[in-house]
Amino acid sequence: MTNIISLSAAELAEQLRAGSLTSVEAVNAHLARIAAVDDAEHGVHAFLHLNAEEALAVAAEVDAIRAAGGAEAEALHPLAGVPIAIKDLIVTKGQPTTAGSKMLEGWVSPYDATVIEKIRAAKLPMLGKTNLDEFAQGSSTEHSAFGNTRNPWDLSRIPGGSGGGSAAAVAAFEAPLALGTDTGGSIRQPGAVTGTVGAKPTYGAVSRYGAIAMASSLDQIGPVARTVLDSALLQELIGGHDPKDSTSLPEAVPALADAAREGAAGDLSGVRVGVIEELGGEGYEEGVKARFDESLELLKARGAEIVTVSCPNFKYALAAYYLIMPSEMSSNLAKFDGVRYGNRVLPEDGNVTIERVMGATRAAGFGDEVKRRIILGTYALSAGYYDAYYGSAQKVRTLIQRDFAAAFEQADVLISPTAPTVAFELGAKLDDPLAMYLNDIATIPANLAGVPGISIPGGLSEGLPVGIQFLAPAHEDARMYRVAAALEDSLVKQWGHPLLSEAQDLEQAVAAAKEGKN
Amino acid sequence: MSTDALVDFNEALTRYEPALGFEVHVELNTKTKMFSDAPNEFGDEANTNVTPVDLGLPGTLPVVNGKAIEYSIKLGLALNCSIAESCRFARKNYFYPDNPKNFQTSQYDEPIAFDGWLDIELDSGRVIRVDIERAHMEEDAGKLTHLGGTSGRIQGASASLVDYNRAGVPLVEIVTRPILGVGADAPELGRKYVAAIRDIVKALDVSDARMERGNVRCDANVSLAPIGADKLGTRSETKNVNSLRSIERAVRYEIERHAAILDAGESVVQETRHWHEDTRTTSSGRPKSDADDYRYFPEPDLVPVVTSRERVEEIRATLPELPAARRARLSAEWGFSEEEFRDVVNAGLDSAIDETVTAGATPAAARKWWMGEISRLAKDTELEPTEQGITPADVVEIEALIAEKKINDKIGKQVLQLVAAGEGRPGEIVEAKGLAVVSDDGPLLAAIEEAMAGAPDVVEKIKAGKVQAIGALIGPVMKATRGQADAGRVRELVLEKLGVQG
Repeated sequence: MTNIISLSAAELAEQLRAGSLTSVEAVNAHLARIAAVDDAEHGVHAFLHLNAEEALAVAAEVDAIRAAGGAEAEALHPLAGVPIAIKDLIVTKGQPTTAGSKMLEGWVSPYDATVIEKIRAAKLPMLGKTNLDEFAQGSSTEHSAFGNTRNPWDLSRIPGGSGGGSAAAVAAFEAPLALGTDTGGSIRQPGAVTGTVGAKPTYGAVSRYGAIAMASSLDQIGPVARTVLDSALLQELIGGHDPKDSTSLPEAVPALADAAREGAAGDLSGVRVGVIEELGGEGYEEGVKARFDESLELLKARGAEIVTVSCPNFKYALAAYYLIMPSEMSSNLAKFDGVRYGNRVLPEDGNVTIERVMGATRAAGFGDEVKRRIILGTYALSAGYYDAYYGSAQKVRTLIQRDFAAAFEQADVLISPTAPTVAFELGAKLDDPLAMYLNDIATIPANLAGVPGISIPGGLSEGLPVGIQFLAPAHEDARMYRVAAALEDSLVKQWGHPLLSEAQDLEQAVAAAKEGKN
Repeated sequence: MSTDALVDFNEALTRYEPALGFEVHVELNTKTKMFSDAPNEFGDEANTNVTPVDLGLPGTLPVVNGKAIEYSIKLGLALNCSIAESCRFARKNYFYPDNPKNFQTSQYDEPIAFDGWLDIELDSGRVIRVDIERAHMEEDAGKLTHLGGTSGRIQGASASLVDYNRAGVPLVEIVTRPILGVGADAPELGRKYVAAIRDIVKALDVSDARMERGNVRCDANVSLAPIGADKLGTRSETKNVNSLRSIERAVRYEIERHAAILDAGESVVQETRHWHEDTRTTSSGRPKSDADDYRYFPEPDLVPVVTSRERVEEIRATLPELPAARRARLSAEWGFSEEEFRDVVNAGLDSAIDETVTAGATPAAARKWWMGEISRLAKDTELEPTEQGITPADVVEIEALIAEKKINDKIGKQVLQLVAAGEGRPGEIVEAKGLAVVSDDGPLLAAIEEAMAGAPDVVEKIKAGKVQAIGALIGPVMKATRGQADAGRVRELVLEKLGVQG
């Protein structure tokens, strides 16, 4: 038997179809890997909740359908039986959804998110729910109320955030696929620092119904995977119009997997790749810049034309983001008050009035980072400050959209490093929120403009992964997948193997960590 | 119990000029709620008409109800408003347990309808144009029931129950510009304005328009300024005044209260007031300043509502005849005097009369029956005239029976009572109870002869040419025939018998 967990989702799906492997075997192999490396104290700690029983039942159902053959087997989704992990910000019936917060500890949603309905309909066994910064607010997963996740490349380092759990699970071969959400880079930045692939689709390409909102105008659910093709396959599955989300796009899902295959097989003649002047240089580590430049050379070798584009307003993106995101978030998180669901905390002394219960619940239920941002957002929306803060930030947003429009006149896709640095040590930036926020400097513009972005592994710096980001115009996710798959193909050919095969022996590392600390 | 000092209404108006403003909330009668597909039903078991969206569960998103948009546009057009080509919803942020998301999704600075007006005719015939600033869409909150306190208020309650059935019910809030120069007509204008809105939404069939159920709710703003002043005074906002009579009383009360405060040289507190129907007074609610900070911002979960000009015209073409236009038409068609017509409208019987005329009666006859005997019966039964089981068709039938001389007016009234008592339709009742006027001359002649025999002096007078003396014979004839004789026929027969020319 091949090493099941090392298979990509596409390869796994192929073996399931061919009958050389069962879905139950696939699920069991991943559950065994999770048991070996996901220890909360010393291991990766990608999962907050395991859904083994249901995952095995779904896998057995797929296997039975395949074994019976006929029309039902024919009608199975190409990814049927391939296990998947779900970021714990996306609501699921029958499993807890915590959003990484004490506020929702123990809460089980009575309804499924639209993407979960699609995953259930396609019969992908859900392995469980993955860790995240509380309510997706953070860039390191250290703001989870249930303990941080560790980077499989180096357990003393951050896995990125907010979706560090989903990225680490995929990087640690605990799951071939995962779902993430990306508000300012929460899929792409963890992808970059864990050596995995993460895509933020065009805003509205995937329904947000059932993703616990952080900032409604920025949030987007997207795929987390180890290859560009797997990412495309998953985005095709979860994408499409949803009448329950009025911001979801009316158009049908484009042929993303075909675009990825085409990119991997063909050259890039006639494709103009724009290097964004403002996303590089100062603040970007030398190793990151070196890998980035090598990727440009590979793209050139594949026939692409490299042009330089300027997006002068990107320098205001972080500031605008830290007004718009907290503003929307402060309102979105107002509903967490202990009245209807989730934890309820009574005041320690004095009257038990509704206001005091709400206050005590929110004081105890939210962590510092969430509170910091609620205060920021509440302030920015206040009468007398609205125009100066929220209003100005919206203007910047328009300027950034114009920058993109101008850049896409000169280039078909844009390219930048995904994050300015490789994974940093756990705790290194916890006391410096501004330094933490800078992690997302290259990913935030895409959210502000609603354009799609993807991060793919671009090599190592000091033994840690560097991410390369591609951005495409809105609705042009297929173009983004094509170019990303082309670079991925060139890189893997150059390395001779996928980047993740250079990662440490994780089972050994976790065992050593347990040993050392016990 | 209120201890507010008051100044007599008429006296107050000698010194102060009132300014009014109304915010009327109309609950739309769409099948489903504003942002979810939960049923929009009144009176069901608590918390059954809810979806995850209405409970504000994590991850849920709103979707705008297209029917609610259409209804709002209809209402806007009926209020002579312009309709926005594109408008957005906003979030009004405040923490309160009847508000499941702790923000209300409401239109704010981009209402769907704006800059309209409504002409209100008062009893005196005076017409006042009320300028409508805007009509915007929003969602209703849930319903709180406070237990263990006094008078159902949250103060002093030991617990509160929340019913989210009403949360998310579509509302249109109609906001007037300040209404000035109405003077002593202020209370009546308040009542008539809200009645006009109620009649319009009923005619449009966009709301059940039942004020007792809160389908139409009014917040009345009142302020006083010294006569001749160029600035408005400080206003109070009396919330949720839910009957037409209460609006009139609340406006009057606030004018009397404000006047006393201003007379004493004090300042009116800008606040919300609660109306108490039992004591017919208002009491202080919460201070309300213009600085209340709801941190409005555009609702990012919803795309703008875009309405093409073609769509507006399409909707305009479906508008039914509106109450004011209908009244103008009926007034012209019926030929009543101004006073008669106003009485009919004030009695709320214009529709009944219209239907009766349509069913075949003359306007005069329809008015006579509805405003006369049917209204009189209604006073006894304490029902609305139209709710007694007497239909326009019944009135037409009675009129026909009279025209055929089968019954007379007096019997007609008797028949109406029996219709109201559920005895059947007029024709059936006349038949079953033997109420037909005696038209067979045989029994009538016998009664006449008996009457003449009993009054020879009268007979002599008639013979001598004093024809009007016949009246003295009609009484006994009526008595003998139990009122079923036709007085005109009696007269004819007497003259014929005595060979006298009438």
